Amino acid sequence: MERIHRGLSETGEARTPRLSLSPILDRIRTSDAVAGWLMAAPLALALGLFLLVPIVMIAIVSFWRATEFSIIPDFVFENYEFLLASPVTYTVFLNTIKYAVITWVFTFLIGFTVAYYLAFHVRQLRWQIVLFLLCTIPFWTSNIIRMISWIPFLGRNGIANSTLISWGVIDEPVEWLLFSDFSVVLAFVHLYVLFMVVPIFNTMMRIDKSLVEAARDAGASGAQILWNVILPLTKPGIMIGTIFVTTLVMGDFFTVRIMSGSQSANVGRLISNDIGLLQYPSASATAIVLLLTVLIIIGILLRFVDIRKEL
Amino acid sequence: MEPRPKSFYVLTVFFALFLLFLYGPTLTIGILSFQGPGGGLTFPMRGTSLHWFRELFEQQAVGDIWGSFRRSLVLGLMVMTTTIVVSVLGGLAFRKKFPGATIFFYVIVTALVIPSILISLGVGLMFDQADLTVHWSTSGYGAQLTWTLPFGILIMFAVFNRFDKSYEEAARDQGATAWQTFRHVVLPIIAPSLLGVALFGFTLSYDEFARTLLTSGSRNTLPLEIYGMTTNVTTPVLYALGTLTTAFSLLVIGVFVVVTAVLARRRSRAGSDAGKGLV
Repeated sequence: MERIHRGLSETGEARTPRLSLSPILDRIRTSDAVAGWLMAAPLALALGLFLLVPIVMIAIVSFWRATEFSIIPDFVFENYEFLLASPVTYTVFLNTIKYAVITWVFTFLIGFTVAYYLAFHVRQLRWQIVLFLLCTIPFWTSNIIRMISWIPFLGRNGIANSTLISWGVIDEPVEWLLFSDFSVVLAFVHLYVLFMVVPIFNTMMRIDKSLVEAARDAGASGAQILWNVILPLTKPGIMIGTIFVTTLVMGDFFTVRIMSGSQSANVGRLISNDIGLLQYPSASATAIVLLLTVLIIIGILLRFVDIRKEL
Repeated sequence: MEPRPKSFYVLTVFFALFLLFLYGPTLTIGILSFQGPGGGLTFPMRGTSLHWFRELFEQQAVGDIWGSFRRSLVLGLMVMTTTIVVSVLGGLAFRKKFPGATIFFYVIVTALVIPSILISLGVGLMFDQADLTVHWSTSGYGAQLTWTLPFGILIMFAVFNRFDKSYEEAARDQGATAWQTFRHVVLPIIAPSLLGVALFGFTLSYDEFARTLLTSGSRNTLPLEIYGMTTNVTTPVLYALGTLTTAFSLLVIGVFVVVTAVLARRRSRAGSDAGKGLV
């Protein structure tokens, strides 16, 4: 009080308004926080109940024991010990990462090219929107149907084989087109390439066209502009697309099952097999390890991009 | 206009091939679903018929396609409505810098990137331990929200990042209450984007599979029904169902696109009096 009093007497009028305003400002700030939380409450409730509690639940159950018929509360590490001691785990995790990396390479190359075409080669906004929508429509249709629709293409007597035979490229049907790593990756690329196209296109549309002009005026060739101007400025979009594709592929369990004809395994299938056998504790332990792997990868990727700025 | 570089034509061909890659397989099963009664899962077509579509409407040997379609439809509408309301509120909340907003944001990102099977497993375990029965309208509904809400919120972020606050200030300066400002100023401006949120909410729920797998209980949603069919149905009836549900999705998308276009046109007519000679 004395300090305020001294302050008042020293600078007179300048202090007076701040003194009278600050409680009101404070109240506005607290009411902002309260209003903010009130409006965020439904979202917090939904995510708390159906995201956070389930994760905690999985973490707890991963320390439980299982018999053939039931799960028993306990605190044992045997699920993790079994998981980490089994060579199958490492093969399957490596296989999962292999799928993620190969899918990433293809979705990136295709997604970047498509977005680049839409953003820099299509000149009218109307056409940009129409073609962009055309790219996104499949995203709103059923994944399972889109997967199944490869079967008549890739099967032994499918379109691909009969076309290749009629062209004389091969003499008899190739077997590895369907139910193989090839078809798994093909399906992944087909399903998830949109997750690469959309964020990259979004970032590219915000690149100031005058930067490209400036580079051209300075004598840069088309390839140089692409490499030195557009690619670096598109990095945030690429990162967001990468996060989507990596996590979707790493968390998948049914694409691999359908497209490999149950012949290949990834972590998701390991978990879903355990669930099928009612081995919830061991499924939970695998799920926790998978979650940590995915979070670490995202943590690394997030160092390169501030997501909120990019929306 | 300057002439097109050579790369334009190369990229146009690439883009056309990309569209073929996206749509080709779906078109193929669209054609194959009109197989004659003796036809199989691949070409050649043995005549054309509506046989396999008729099969769908007859008494099913396995499963309950129309029941699952009804459930998917109701669930989709439930999820859509919730997603719109909760996302708008959430989007408004993030404009006020409430404490904990950053952590909350990361929770939203987690919901988006978490492997779907964890939601399925976790919600299933949670219901099991709480002695509740999983049902598509409770556990399935909640599990799907973890997928649709982040998309809704991200759209709202994008909307409010571009929102011109001076409209609100103008409304407040003229004495509008907070509710009036929202109802008559903010809501009309963001309305077209809400159609986008609705489209995401409905279609993502209607096609959702992984998060619903262990949380829908004994009655399947349509994607689960189709997933079950992939293992034991080996006739084009599967394609007929695929064609129908894809057509339904396209219809929904079409309705949203048309409504958006109509609203945009009406708004541009009503929003400006330029050229009308008014002073």
